[in-house]
Amino acid sequence: MQLLRLSRRPFFWIIALVIAIFAIAPLIGNNVDLRERLVLDALYITLASNLNIMLGYTGYINFGSIVFYGLGGYICVWLVNSYAWPLGLSLLAAGVGVSLLALVFGLGILRLRGHFFALATIGIIEGVQAFTENFGPWGGSSGVYLSADIFKPLGGPARALWVIYFIMIGVMGLSLYLSYAIKNSKFGLGLLAIGQNEDAAAVLGVPTPLYKAFAYCISAFLPAVAGGLFFFKSAFIQPSDAFDLTLSTEAIVVAMLGGQGTVTGVALGAYLYEELRSYLLTTATFSNFQLVISGALLLVIVLFFPSGLMGWIYSRFPRTQKVLE
Amino acid sequence: MLGILASIIDGVLVGLVYGLAAMGLTLIWGVMDVVNLSHGPVIVAGMFGLYLLTSALGISPYLALPPVLIGGFFAGVLLYWIAVHRMVGKPPLMSLLSTFAVNLVLVGLGTAVWGTALFNVEVSVPGVSLGRYTFPGPHIVASLMAALIAYALYFFLHHSRTGKAVRAVANNREAAELVGIPTTRVLALTVGCSLAIACVSGMLIGTLFPFTVLSGDSYLLKSFVVTVLGGFGNPLGALFAGVALGVLEGAVAPFVPISWTLVIEFGLFVLALIAFPGGLFSLRRGAL
Repeated sequence: MQLLRLSRRPFFWIIALVIAIFAIAPLIGNNVDLRERLVLDALYITLASNLNIMLGYTGYINFGSIVFYGLGGYICVWLVNSYAWPLGLSLLAAGVGVSLLALVFGLGILRLRGHFFALATIGIIEGVQAFTENFGPWGGSSGVYLSADIFKPLGGPARALWVIYFIMIGVMGLSLYLSYAIKNSKFGLGLLAIGQNEDAAAVLGVPTPLYKAFAYCISAFLPAVAGGLFFFKSAFIQPSDAFDLTLSTEAIVVAMLGGQGTVTGVALGAYLYEELRSYLLTTATFSNFQLVISGALLLVIVLFFPSGLMGWIYSRFPRTQKVLE
Repeated sequence: MLGILASIIDGVLVGLVYGLAAMGLTLIWGVMDVVNLSHGPVIVAGMFGLYLLTSALGISPYLALPPVLIGGFFAGVLLYWIAVHRMVGKPPLMSLLSTFAVNLVLVGLGTAVWGTALFNVEVSVPGVSLGRYTFPGPHIVASLMAALIAYALYFFLHHSRTGKAVRAVANNREAAELVGIPTTRVLALTVGCSLAIACVSGMLIGTLFPFTVLSGDSYLLKSFVVTVLGGFGNPLGALFAGVALGVLEGAVAPFVPISWTLVIEFGLFVLALIAFPGGLFSLRRGAL
């Protein structure tokens, strides 16, 4: 219903256009290099958009957003490997499982505010990583390898990569529409009110702990699916990759770079950051300093441009505020 | 039975060092309501300070304390001007992000220079034997030094003019400004002291256990657990809570594999956050 109403606005079609470009561009001339770059862009957009639901709308910083991605990856790989579930079902199970877990965690830790919530999310990432390193069925610290046979139901490795790519684009599109739909719903207004002033929101009748837990739970679903997809693609998962602090950090940098609380900004930030990163990674001098550069970038943004790219665009071209969310 | 008692006593010794590490975190938190997420790499910086000084100059590990302390203080003042000054009094999101950015830069530099290899500093101090059990010498010396520095901080905060100014700023920054306390300078000094303490605790931990560039995360988590248990912005509470954590580690060590300790600590941390938001040892609010 919500989406039908939103489909009358131009921004709805801008998102559709972006998804179409992502889906069609690598098909022209069967461009595999472009596809591999765009799949990473799509991953960053997914992670950052979902993080933005907590960070930008609700004003709660989640340092452990990577936990959703990693756990989703583990659940998916584990189901495919040990129980031979088909990919689609495993992805769904990963998303639902991680969301439920997030709801349970969320109801507990979202009674906390500000610093305390942020600290709890750091605790969760450390705790979950330590848990998987010791958990036998998930291979402990050496991880799980998938055999090459898993790609057979998808029509062999070459075709499977295309299937995975299109699912990833679908996940990215859903993330963008989800962010957009939430921002224009009563639920989203409640979250934005919590972000502005939580006490005032509570007084005005926003069920703050419940809304926060829902936001946390919803923002877990698509990253978990993306994680499942990614680790299925690489056919290998281990704790240090699944709960990679760098990726968690980059999601925050991306959201801040584009402009927290905006849909366009976060997607734009993800695209720009990923392009910058792939440039830096191919330059030998900088590949060691990737973390330093993202840190320095984040510091500069936080200190001098707290509203990010979209803040600059909005102030420079005020009319864009009516179209771009 | 005696074995458990021995590991509990050892837990007290190590716990004093954990308590000292957490005192650095809780000091900034209490005075300016900023959680310093670069606390972990600062502890690691203390460890590497120890490693560089002992391997390059060949001095006794404990002689590294004064340079590490002074270096930490100046690093703290620098950190204040770079990342904290503009964030004081802003929503917590901003200061968390800015100190987190510093954390990334430090971890990134550390891994670029040293990689993630394991480092170890040889310390030869004779242990104290008690029946069949020997308490390692480094543990005893480190815990004594930690207690001494903690006492020095307490004395500074309660019996010196500058320390009283720090407590005044913690209580009410505007009122402190009105009675003529240069608050900015006091805040910079506080961050300096905090980082000096964190570096020294890192140095002391470096004499106990091997370390890597990435060790900071687990000590940051330990510091959080200790801070939460001890009550926010309460240095003495942090010391007691540190001992409690050390005892817990010592008491569970004979029964579970060492790699599960972090899971247990994390569980304790979240439970403590939810059940005792004021901390176990907090006597009154703003006890600093």
